[in-house]
Amino acid sequence: MPADHSRFSAPMRLLPLLAATPLLSGCGMVVLDPAGDVARQQGNLIVLSTALMLLIIVPVMALTIFFAWKYRASNRDATYKPDWDHSTQLELVIWSAPLLIIICLGAVTWVATHLLDPYRPLARTGPGKPVAAEVKPLDVQVVALDWKWLFIYPEQGVATVNELAVPVDRPLRFRISSSSVMNSFYVPALAGQIYAMPGMETKLHGVFDKTGEFTGFSANYSGWGFSNMRFGVRSLSPAEFDQWVVATRASAEGDLDRNAYLKLETPSQKEPVRRFVASDPQLFDAVVNMCVEPGKMCMHDMMSLDAAGGAGIAGIGNVRQVTYDKFAARGTVDAARWSMRYVAAWCSAPVMSNDRPDAKPVSPEKLKGEGLPLPGKPARTALNAPAVTPPLS
Amino acid sequence: MSDAIIPHPAPPTHPIFGKLSIDAIPLHEPILVVTFIVVAIGGIAILALLTKYRLWGYLWKEWFTTVDHKRIGIMYMILGLIMFLRGFADAIMMRLQQVMAFGGSEGYLNAHHYDQVFTAHGVIMIFFVAMPFITGLMNYIVPLQIGARDVSFPFLNNFSFWMTSAGAALTMISLFVGEYAQTGWLAYPPLSGIAYSPNVGVDYYIWGLQIAGVGTTLSGINLIVTILKLRAPGMGLMKMPVFTWTSLCSNILIVASFPILTATLALLSLDRYAGTNFFTNDLGGSPMMYVNLIWIWGHPEVYILILPLFGVFSEVTSTFSGKRLFGYTSMVYATVCITILSYIVWLHHFFTMGSGASVNSFFGITTMVISIPTGAKLFNWLFTMYRGRIRYELPMMWTIAFMLTFVIGGMTGVLLAVPPADFVLHNSLFLIAHFHNVIIGGVLFGLFAAINYWWPKAFGFKLDVFWGKISFWCWVVGFWVAFAPLYVLGLMGVTRRMRVFDDPSLQIWFAIAGVGALIIAAGIGAMLVQFAVSIWRRKELREESGDPWDGRTLEWATSSPPPDYNFAFTPVIHDLDAWYDMKKRGHQRPIGGYRDIHMPSNTGAGIILSGICLVLGFALVWHIWWLVAASFVAVIAGAIVHTFNYQRDFDIPAATVAAVEDARTRQLAAGA
Repeated sequence: MPADHSRFSAPMRLLPLLAATPLLSGCGMVVLDPAGDVARQQGNLIVLSTALMLLIIVPVMALTIFFAWKYRASNRDATYKPDWDHSTQLELVIWSAPLLIIICLGAVTWVATHLLDPYRPLARTGPGKPVAAEVKPLDVQVVALDWKWLFIYPEQGVATVNELAVPVDRPLRFRISSSSVMNSFYVPALAGQIYAMPGMETKLHGVFDKTGEFTGFSANYSGWGFSNMRFGVRSLSPAEFDQWVVATRASAEGDLDRNAYLKLETPSQKEPVRRFVASDPQLFDAVVNMCVEPGKMCMHDMMSLDAAGGAGIAGIGNVRQVTYDKFAARGTVDAARWSMRYVAAWCSAPVMSNDRPDAKPVSPEKLKGEGLPLPGKPARTALNAPAVTPPLS
Repeated sequence: MSDAIIPHPAPPTHPIFGKLSIDAIPLHEPILVVTFIVVAIGGIAILALLTKYRLWGYLWKEWFTTVDHKRIGIMYMILGLIMFLRGFADAIMMRLQQVMAFGGSEGYLNAHHYDQVFTAHGVIMIFFVAMPFITGLMNYIVPLQIGARDVSFPFLNNFSFWMTSAGAALTMISLFVGEYAQTGWLAYPPLSGIAYSPNVGVDYYIWGLQIAGVGTTLSGINLIVTILKLRAPGMGLMKMPVFTWTSLCSNILIVASFPILTATLALLSLDRYAGTNFFTNDLGGSPMMYVNLIWIWGHPEVYILILPLFGVFSEVTSTFSGKRLFGYTSMVYATVCITILSYIVWLHHFFTMGSGASVNSFFGITTMVISIPTGAKLFNWLFTMYRGRIRYELPMMWTIAFMLTFVIGGMTGVLLAVPPADFVLHNSLFLIAHFHNVIIGGVLFGLFAAINYWWPKAFGFKLDVFWGKISFWCWVVGFWVAFAPLYVLGLMGVTRRMRVFDDPSLQIWFAIAGVGALIIAAGIGAMLVQFAVSIWRRKELREESGDPWDGRTLEWATSSPPPDYNFAFTPVIHDLDAWYDMKKRGHQRPIGGYRDIHMPSNTGAGIILSGICLVLGFALVWHIWWLVAASFVAVIAGAIVHTFNYQRDFDIPAATVAAVEDARTRQLAAGA
């Protein structure tokens, strides 16, 4: 297991030793043996944290057993001090030993949480493989539907249901939302999960460093069809991925326009893989704004109205336009009926995207405090130091 | 709403029966029909026996209307035990389903049924098993430990118990009338909103918890006041037994956090009943706000459950090591630290909802910090054993099992507090294994230690050791066989609440877990046999001294079971281990000079008001509005009428006290 020595230097060197235990590799523990850099670092972190905690857990358990045996009532040779109940030195050890472990673990947590923040673009695709500045991640828009997954590839103009195919070694950028209830988008081989929530957008960055077939699923219970809310994940070579896009286009059952989406949104279980052409670039943003139905006011329109002070009494009419679940949950409404409602004249025609620019990739040096001024050199402070950029090569 | 389009055909609301109709009875579910028949036969048999032996009057006068904290404590424990059997039946059903549903098999439960089972399992085990158990324990022990005659508000205590029972009853009714929620135990919206759960399941959930929540909050207030105001003279805060300290902290947590649950559920019911949009997707409602609010209650809740048991372990370790508790002061401070810290960690339940890295790190680190006082406690128990003389009676065995089991659960808990690790383990079976590890290994093992420890105090005879040991080994081994596979499955990326599985390689792990559940079932069976055998052999197991374990705290100073008034004379406290100190100084029981003892009178108001609340809850669930109005008015009117009851107290005449105490003197003389 290639631990990343540059990031967690000393303790991480213990990892290969621990992870090599047959127990862990024996039974397909995908969490500890994934196929992507992010998930692998997360898995390593589990092993590292466990090792740190075992430093205190093992002695405690050993002492428990030892004391329990040694001071059994039948052992009359053991010292018995019924009134001994305090020792300042021992108290110091008792409180400081866990404290020291937690300080270490807290530092590891702080660094790892920032490095592996799902919202940040990746700085590398693997140990020693930094992402070049010109590499653009592959965008995939994910919508959790009842009870299936929709993947829209805006760059390729295709969409699939229950099949996620991606090129290996290329950073992936998922924009995630849901149509009705909360789900959690989780591909254990790729990266940790993030919730898919209606009316909200979450983000996840990840990368595969191995080709192969994997599984993804919803990790948050979402109703009756939840158990079958699984999808195949294919990590393909770039050439294979291009072929897959072409094949998907060729075998598409149609264009995923708004009406097709509304039909797809209707609850169904065990949906087979389905493929579409995705020509509407705004579909995902309409889903996030909950205005896929023609004539329905988008949330961002309502918000900008509210931000401008609202529409006064006339605004009451708008209220009807933004209800979503109450009368038509899970695409149960006949799309034609939405057109019976009036369109608020001030709605912007294009849907405003919720897509915010990503934060900058985080550099591990900064998190570890490298580049901070040395005590003897006050001229260079954290504020005036040149920004540390991720190493490019 | 002219063009309102209802997503699911909601049952029409009848003016008299509301949404209730014959279709609400789940006759199409054979499992439920059989369960109902069994329950009905059992229930009728019990009712018939009670009638035959003319026990109704006794039960009503001596138990249902009692304001004696000891009897109320015992009734809480019985409630917890009954609900535990129900909750465990749910667990067995889940294990069976998950081991069957492989290779295209749908198992034997459909989604509608299975999803109710796991929801009910979680709700029942937390609210109607763990909570009544710890409340019952605190109710029984705390007044005795502080030398009080009862709690501060005896009627409120009775009312609290019956409200908790009414909540449990409403939850049980959902088994045979209508359905229970299919949302998971915390009922996250939008799934629990009216749009996605249009039937009555979530309403049963809401009203069951709201009614029980009234009882929990009131009993929390009651116990705080009791501990602060009714301590025997000389017992300063830093001379309180540790169990009383942890109970105090636990009740402070109850009073500070249960109102949040009540408010959150009230907002959810407004969404469901009045069409508001607090937690819907519509009109700027935010389902995440519900998640945020419910965990501000939910995280303190787990410390509410575990803290009193930490107290139990302290008492047991000290007693059976024959030694003062090591580091009493640091134990108290550790408890207080945990109490405070438990309020600033709740976000770790939703690291995966897209909070920024700094927020996640903050809550991750605060969570880890809790392990410091917890670790300190563990060391304190360890050094209490050090240079002690440990007697391995059942309570001590449970304590050792706890120490060895709980550290693992604590370790996996800290692991889950590391946000990037949580991203891969959140909602997985690893998480399930973790919290069962701390709740079974901590709360349940602690309860079993407590039951074995204080049973002789409550009933005057010890529990059978043979069956106790069988139960102990089945539980400890069964726990690990049942939950170690879940840790493994979690690392294999298997998530919770799954009904069917694709991957055949997982089946073996579920099979092992199922075997573990059966071993636990044997442990439960052995425990019931232990109770039965002990009651049967109560003469042989009789314990005359009132102090079977060479105890150290005040509850062992009085007889077993204690008289109604607990102590004929309020003891004066000079030392932390009050009874140990009294024994050491050659304390002589006073045998004369008794006075009248002022005591509260029994009242039926608690059970009657709670009964009406149960009707109110049922009417709200089924939208039977006339009954809602009628029962609501009746509750208010009943409460007002009760305030005019002036027969609230009486005096136990000195002669009666003398008779009871003389009997005890003879008993002690005979035993000596």
